[in-house]
Amino acid sequence: MSGTRADFHVFAAPPRLTYSYVKRTVRLGFRSLWMHRLRSLLTVLGIVFGVCSVIAMLAVGEGASHEAQEQIRRLGSNNIILKSIKPPDDEGTSARRTYSIDYGLTYDDLDEIRATIPGVTVVVPGRIIRQYVWHIARRVDCDIVGTIPWYSEMRKLNVIQGRFFTTEEMNNISNVCVLGESMAAELFPMDPPVGNTVRVGGAYYRVIGVIQAEAATATANPVEPTENGNETSAAAGASHRMYIPLTAAKHRFGETLVKRRSGSFEAEKVELHEAIVRVDKQEEVLDIAAIITEILQRERKKKDFEIVVPLELLRQAERTKQIFNVVLGSIAAISLLVGGIGIMNIMLATVTERTREIGIRRALGARRHDIIIQFLIETVILSCSGGLVGVLLGVAIPFAIARFANMVTIITPWSPFIAFSISAMIGVLFGIYPAFRAANMDPVEALRHE
Amino acid sequence: MAELPVIELEALTKTYAMGAVQVQALRGVDLQFKQGEYVTVMGPSGCGKSTLLNLLGCLDRPTSGKYLLGGYDLSQLNDDALSGIRGARLGFVFQSYNLVPQLTVIENIGIPLYYQGKSDDETLARSEVMAERVGLADRLHHRPYELSGGQQQRVAIARALVNDPLVILADEPTGNLDSGSGQEILEIFDELNKQGKTFIIVTHDEEIAARTMRVIRLRDGQVVSDVWN
Repeated sequence: MSGTRADFHVFAAPPRLTYSYVKRTVRLGFRSLWMHRLRSLLTVLGIVFGVCSVIAMLAVGEGASHEAQEQIRRLGSNNIILKSIKPPDDEGTSARRTYSIDYGLTYDDLDEIRATIPGVTVVVPGRIIRQYVWHIARRVDCDIVGTIPWYSEMRKLNVIQGRFFTTEEMNNISNVCVLGESMAAELFPMDPPVGNTVRVGGAYYRVIGVIQAEAATATANPVEPTENGNETSAAAGASHRMYIPLTAAKHRFGETLVKRRSGSFEAEKVELHEAIVRVDKQEEVLDIAAIITEILQRERKKKDFEIVVPLELLRQAERTKQIFNVVLGSIAAISLLVGGIGIMNIMLATVTERTREIGIRRALGARRHDIIIQFLIETVILSCSGGLVGVLLGVAIPFAIARFANMVTIITPWSPFIAFSISAMIGVLFGIYPAFRAANMDPVEALRHE
Repeated sequence: MAELPVIELEALTKTYAMGAVQVQALRGVDLQFKQGEYVTVMGPSGCGKSTLLNLLGCLDRPTSGKYLLGGYDLSQLNDDALSGIRGARLGFVFQSYNLVPQLTVIENIGIPLYYQGKSDDETLARSEVMAERVGLADRLHHRPYELSGGQQQRVAIARALVNDPLVILADEPTGNLDSGSGQEILEIFDELNKQGKTFIIVTHDEEIAARTMRVIRLRDGQVVSDVWN
């Protein structure tokens, strides 16, 4: 029964972190936290909201930037888009009530580009005329785009019904057209559009296809064609587009657009409203864009064109996203820090409140590290359960947003993982000080504590 | 019985620094306790009996002097080793029971074994035996606040016994109890002492002193009398 000299050495043995020891300590931690359910719950909320908002915000941000990038990508990262814009008015012309101007890209410009710049394969010209399009009594204000058969391919347009027009139809100056999705729905609420006809002015066009809404032009980015004849708001009709062969456009509408208003008369002569230059190598896109600007500017007195480089937009979007991520990261760090401080605060209060218990445990054989581990595990349980609930909410909220607010959200696979690990780390980090304070209490003092 | 003493104290002193003032709580205590002794330590408040109990219980370290437990000098051991000795070789019974509120009776009894790394099965089995020994076999899964003071103190006794200690140190074990429950507790002590357990009880209560075999009286940090009944 009495101890021998030898077996006292056992008590200086190093800590044993066995599975059953940890299991029991975890169980004890849950029990202690459960005793103060409300307090534990409130403490954890900081971490829950921190983790949840990080994941949800990242998902929304990722979704938004993905959508933007997708729109830009659809313009084609190898493409350079040229647009005619009405040059700023001369001082004299604004006073005149009646005038005619001649501006924009010309067929000669495109020939020159193709002839002088190596590595440019296809050049797609386009004319845009703003007109009302009719089907019986239904009317839609629309951009009529005169273009060439491979336009749909270049702009990555998605033909959902029928087909795009062919080279033959273009050569024959056929009155065929392809409608945008939203426009088709407005003009033909009941019938299938393909095979029906629409009227523009006095000419009739046969609908041969419907394409998916061209998302890129629907949003407010510089690709938006705005300077097209008609005075009606460009944004409203922007998504309504009708595509006809370029030859037909030239033939039916001519090259001069005349606009009459009360007491004034304007004529605009524009050969091409839009042209897409396809570059073979993506690395050369930015250089070639610069060269094109050079070529076009050489012959012009006024700047009546605009160059849109989707690749550059893409880069910009990526840069914006990076900034967004940094901002998000800081917000996340702050909110998790606040959560961690909340946990530490409560753990310090808990340690003080449980001074007596610490004294009892120390008297009954608990070493310092036993106490440290006990309180550390409690903190980690708090922060991890907060992290877990936060992850679940953070994954659920983007789904809810996607469902009810109709926004694209993307949860990157690593974001819940990272958020959870950070919350666990916070538990350890902010648990260390309270745990050490508990362990370093003098057992005699602790036992005397009321 | 010519056996080795369980506890030997040689010129034990303890000095506290209370701000600038040095308070000598113990001024050279020499004592020996043998296996199976039933001892009361008495004295007026501030005479150093609590300090002595803390030193005996390895909760505190002496300023000078020697403390031998089972023939082994503890004065040089570090905190971890002392914790280990408390858990494995000493039993404590406190005035205010000192049970852990979030644990059940049987879990409270098992705490010392828990910190010695015993298996769950062994801890449970031994705790149950101890609970039966103090007459609490039907209260195993109750929480401390569901028990009367006397019952709580019996849990504390079971907990002090569970690691089969060399000595059981009791600090005013009946101080918070009515006389009936106090009597029950002392009867359990008597019974355990008959079975060979060594008890050192610190108290003000002369009645307790009267039933033990040895009474040590302290005054101003020194032993003034050491009487065998």
